[in-house]
Amino acid sequence: MEKTKTLFDVIGPVIIGPSSSHTAGAVRIGLLSGKIFGEKPDNVKFKLYNSFAKTGKGHGTDKGLLGGVLGFDVDNENIKNAFEIAGQRGIKYEYEYLEDLSRHPNSVDVIFNNGKMEISGDSVGAGEVCINRINGYNFNINGDYETLILIYKDKPGMVYRVTALIQGQDVNIASMHCDRHDKGKEASMGICLDSPLPEYILRKLHEIDEIYLIRNIEAFKQWQN
Amino acid sequence: MAKLETFEDLLELSSVKNKRIYEICQEYEAERFETSVENIRKQVKYNLEAMKHAIDEGLKSSEKSVSGLCGNDCAKLLERYKNGKSFFSETYQNVLLYALATIEQNLRMGKIVACPTAGSCGIVPAVIKSMTEAISADMETEINALLTAGIIGEIISNKLALAGAVMGCQSECGVASAMAAGAMVEIYNGTSNQILNAAALTLKNIMGLVCDPVAGLVEVPCVKRNAFLAIYAVTAAEMAMAGIESVIPIDEVVDAMKQVGELMNPSLKESSEGGLATTKTGLRITQELSEKWKNTDCV
Repeated sequence: MEKTKTLFDVIGPVIIGPSSSHTAGAVRIGLLSGKIFGEKPDNVKFKLYNSFAKTGKGHGTDKGLLGGVLGFDVDNENIKNAFEIAGQRGIKYEYEYLEDLSRHPNSVDVIFNNGKMEISGDSVGAGEVCINRINGYNFNINGDYETLILIYKDKPGMVYRVTALIQGQDVNIASMHCDRHDKGKEASMGICLDSPLPEYILRKLHEIDEIYLIRNIEAFKQWQN
Repeated sequence: MAKLETFEDLLELSSVKNKRIYEICQEYEAERFETSVENIRKQVKYNLEAMKHAIDEGLKSSEKSVSGLCGNDCAKLLERYKNGKSFFSETYQNVLLYALATIEQNLRMGKIVACPTAGSCGIVPAVIKSMTEAISADMETEINALLTAGIIGEIISNKLALAGAVMGCQSECGVASAMAAGAMVEIYNGTSNQILNAAALTLKNIMGLVCDPVAGLVEVPCVKRNAFLAIYAVTAAEMAMAGIESVIPIDEVVDAMKQVGELMNPSLKESSEGGLATTKTGLRITQELSEKWKNTDCV
C-alpha cells in the first residue's frame, strides 16, 4: 500500500530534523507504540537495529523514539529535550544497539514495563513507518488510517462479530490483517478504516468478553496548519 | 481532473488556460485534496512561516550538532558580513546565510520544513526569502513561489524517488535547487517557459551528484551543499530570465536523471560506503564517533 506523493510531501512536512527516516520516522514509531501500549509506562527499552543502531545517536533517533512515546508529534520542539521530560515524568528509558541483517535497515523493538508489551517497527523512508509486530503477532500499521487493533480468543465467528459492528456504521474497511499463534488460543486483528469509529461501537467491542485488548489508533493528521 | 503528470502537461495547461504555473498547481491540488484553493494556500503559508522561523532561529545560533562536526558556519559568514567584507551583494549574502541557517537548525534538531527532504531543507527557503526581500514582495508572492517550487518537485517525484538512498543527492539537493530556480523566476514574474527552463538548467548541471555522507550523518557534505545549491538556483534563474533555454526539454532531463540514478553505484547512495565517507578523514571521523557513542544509554 504505497501512498502517492502529494504537494505537501514535497514542500513539507514540517518536522524536527535532522533526518526524515532516522528522526521523524523514529518519532512516529514511538508515537504509535505509546498509543498501542495505551498507558503511561514506568519504563521503556528500545532495541535499535542496523542503521538505526549505527547512526541513531547522530540523528537523534534515541530522542525521537522516546519523544514519540511521550506523545510528541514529528514537529514538536520538545523532542530535543525528551530525556529531561521523561525524567520529569518518572519514565525510565534504556537503549540497546544491535545488528541483525534479517531486519530492515531502520528497525526497532520498543519494550514497555519490562516486557509487558513488545512492539516492533521499521522506518521505511521519507518519515513513513510500519509497525509490524505487537507481542509476537504480525501487524501492518502505518498510521495513515484510523486503525483498530484487537487481540482476542481464537474461536469461530470472531471476525464476523467485529466486522458486523463496523459495517453497521457505514465505515469502510481499507485493509485487514489477521494472525494467530495456536489454534483455539489467541489471535489478532489489525483493521484500517477510512473514517473514525463512533465511541459506542468501541464500547460494544469492550463488552465482548473474548476480546482481551482493544486499541483504537487515530490516523496521523494530514494537514499541519 | 486534468492530467498533470509531466512538465509538458503543466506547460500545456498553463498555455491553454492562460494561467501561471502556481495557479495551475493550486487548482490541481485543491481538486486532488477535495478542498478549496484557499485551504491549499493556507497550508502553503503555514509551511512558509515554518521555513522563515527556522531561518530566524538559525541566524541566532551557533550551537553544534550532537556529533560536533557542524553547526557554526552560518555564524562565521555573519561575522564576515558584519565586518563589511563580501564578494557578494546583500541579496546573494542572504541566499548563503539563509541556506546555512536552515540546514544548521536541522542538524541541531530544530523545526524545519523538509523541502523536498530534511537534508536539502535550506535551499528553497533561502532563495524565496532572500529574493522576495530584495524586491519587498508580499506574502502572496512568497506563497506563489513556494507553490511553483512544489509542483516542480511533485512532477519530478512522479518519475523518481526523492531520496538519496535511491537516486543519490541529485534527487535531494539537486531537485531542491531546481525547485528554487523555478520559484525565483516566478518571483520575478518570468514566463512558464522560463520557469521550466530554469529548473531544467539546474537539473542538467547537478546530474550524477552522489550521496556520500560521512558517518551516515546529515552533516558532511550536506550543510555546505545547501548553500552551494541555493546559489546554483540563482544562476539558473538568471540565465532563464535572459531567455537562455535548455536544449534538452525538462521531461527528458528528468528521464536522464533517473537513468543516472539507477546506474549510480549503491556505495554512493547514502550507504556511506564510498566517496567522502570512505576518505581517510571520513573513516577516522566515523571511527571516533562510533567509539564515543559505543556505550549503551541507561537512565
